[in-house]
Amino acid sequence: MTAKKTGASVDLSKVHNDPAVATFQIGYRQYLNAEGTLAADLPDFATERDTMVAMYRCAVLTRTFDAKAVALQRTGKLGTFPSSLGQEAVSVAIGAAMSAEDVLLTTYREQGAHFFRGVTLKEVFMFWGGDERGCKTSGPKDDFPFSIPIASHTTHAVGVATAMKLRGQAHVAVCVLGDGATSKGDFYEAINLAGVWQLPVVFVVINNGWAISVPRHKQSSCETLAQKSIAGGFEGEQVDGNDIIAVRTAMDEALAQARAGLGPSLIEALTYRLSDHTTADDASRYRAEDDVSARWKKDPLVRLRNYLVGQDWWGKSDEESLLGECKSRVNEAADAYLDTTPQAAEAKFESLYDDLPEVISAQRQWVK
Amino acid sequence: MPEVNLVGGVTMALSRALEEDENVVVLGQDVGVNGGVFRATDGLLDLFGDKRVLDTPLAEGLISGMSVGMAAQGLRPVAEIQFMGFCYSAIDQMINHASRLRNRTRGRLTCPMVMRMPYGAGIHAPEHHSESTEALFAQIPGLRVVIPSSPGRAYGLLLAAIRDDDPVVFLEPTRLYRAYREQVDDDGKALPMDTCFVLRQGTDVTLVSWGAMIKETLECADTLALDGISAEVIDVATLKPFDAATVLKSVEKTGRCVIVQEAPLSVGFASEVAAQLAEHGLMSLLAPVRRIAAPDVIVPLAGLEQNYIPKLDRILEAAREVVAFS
Repeated sequence: MTAKKTGASVDLSKVHNDPAVATFQIGYRQYLNAEGTLAADLPDFATERDTMVAMYRCAVLTRTFDAKAVALQRTGKLGTFPSSLGQEAVSVAIGAAMSAEDVLLTTYREQGAHFFRGVTLKEVFMFWGGDERGCKTSGPKDDFPFSIPIASHTTHAVGVATAMKLRGQAHVAVCVLGDGATSKGDFYEAINLAGVWQLPVVFVVINNGWAISVPRHKQSSCETLAQKSIAGGFEGEQVDGNDIIAVRTAMDEALAQARAGLGPSLIEALTYRLSDHTTADDASRYRAEDDVSARWKKDPLVRLRNYLVGQDWWGKSDEESLLGECKSRVNEAADAYLDTTPQAAEAKFESLYDDLPEVISAQRQWVK
Repeated sequence: MPEVNLVGGVTMALSRALEEDENVVVLGQDVGVNGGVFRATDGLLDLFGDKRVLDTPLAEGLISGMSVGMAAQGLRPVAEIQFMGFCYSAIDQMINHASRLRNRTRGRLTCPMVMRMPYGAGIHAPEHHSESTEALFAQIPGLRVVIPSSPGRAYGLLLAAIRDDDPVVFLEPTRLYRAYREQVDDDGKALPMDTCFVLRQGTDVTLVSWGAMIKETLECADTLALDGISAEVIDVATLKPFDAATVLKSVEKTGRCVIVQEAPLSVGFASEVAAQLAEHGLMSLLAPVRRIAAPDVIVPLAGLEQNYIPKLDRILEAAREVVAFS
């Protein structure tokens, strides 16, 4: 079925000559455009070298990790892996904006956010390598592991936010989902509760253009996904997801709003999945190579590096040294992952229940 | 000692749990001001306030999913799904997340939540209000599935479910909600969730059931006693984990067994009980194991409901047959 083409929105109030009872507007936020020139006045953090360089370093680390993970999968040393190539900026900015007491709940493509919060490279390798211990992470203790089912974690996020609100904590649940997830009922149920209970939660919709093979325009006829927040009774905005300053600013504001008890937000971050959906996917079946190469011109890492260079914060030697450092860190983590002693066969029983029922414990002998 | 019916036992346990642990939170549709459509949460909002008793929007997937999030934060959510027939969008959360959270994080995050649901036929409810799909949950590793069949067991098992550190599906038979009253001491004592309850001792035949069918099963034992047949009655009560040992031990003594379930026959929990007997109790058996269940049809609307629920006569006939089997 072909998706409906919306074109310009129709103002039904004019057609029917009725007064409007509610009006809504969705803004778009961008500071650094694809050419690296400034589109708006910079927020304070963007003038701090350390803040900006820390995000850049993590974004480059994420991309280096990504390439290694794909290589390991291609050589049979890792399971199916979802690359985040091209989406590193938005993921890292989310992780960087949050405090340790906040709780992060994401889909499976948000390595950058988790790395920034302290999850180790080895742990993520382990998870995609098929070892549950990879989800016993070194990051903040209450962060959720990657959610593989789409959108079901949005309801967890509002549950986490409910707990925070009931306890009077100024903490925030940050829920990161994809464009496809906004088509699911769980998402609507979650934003509905977030609005009606004014929960301290931030939804970040990473709109990377694709839900496996289904493009954004076949997912929804809404002009923006940000406007879906209106159905939950709160504001949403669109940001350039390849502009790390825009994402970080939107996150900072949304987190401050939630911390102040002023309710939820939704940020739609426009980015692009430069890779296949996962290593088990072949995107050439459903999208043209020209479209992808055009998107490479908007690479968020290049844009950020140009900004750093323009500020005189970054030079060729810094770049070379960072690439070398990332490569050795990733290789060390990969080696550590490959050297990890596999779990004992009985491990599948050990964390099943707090108090393993005797009748199930008796089945341990089957797996010896 | 208060005299309460089964739904009263539920309320008493909820109140006790809210009182003893500030992390316990009751949530669901209409559980607050309205006190629940069956009044299971009646009065709790007044006693504990709106930070402990939460009226949620009408969204079952949300109710179970947010409970996962709350539980991971250290709360003990006790969620009510208004009827089991509306739980299916919540099953995704129970199977994909609640049951797995401890395991997939190797114990870093846990999910101490209870999902309470009225279930079963026999109260002239509208369509979708009468199913018994307990076996769906009993298949899922990581869950516990508990079904009380008396006011006292409702109290003790619900307390156990709330105190347990893992997710529990707690099914309440609507047909028994107000069937009778008994004295239940509000002593805060939980009942074990890993054992069947032997409700009546007997030597000639073992009758195994759970939930609302316990009523007909006990009536069957009473009637058999008039004929001089001594029936042992076992309430499974906790379907997962299933305490097969108690059933096997009973059948060692009686040699004969009839299993009674309200759900349709095929692939129901009675089949698991029968399989345990076939695997581990064959040498004790003096007669074929019988399953008395509803037919493999869709639960009818109220007009045909009473012909759907297995009748006492069918249980009696099966029990007499297995006793007479030489």
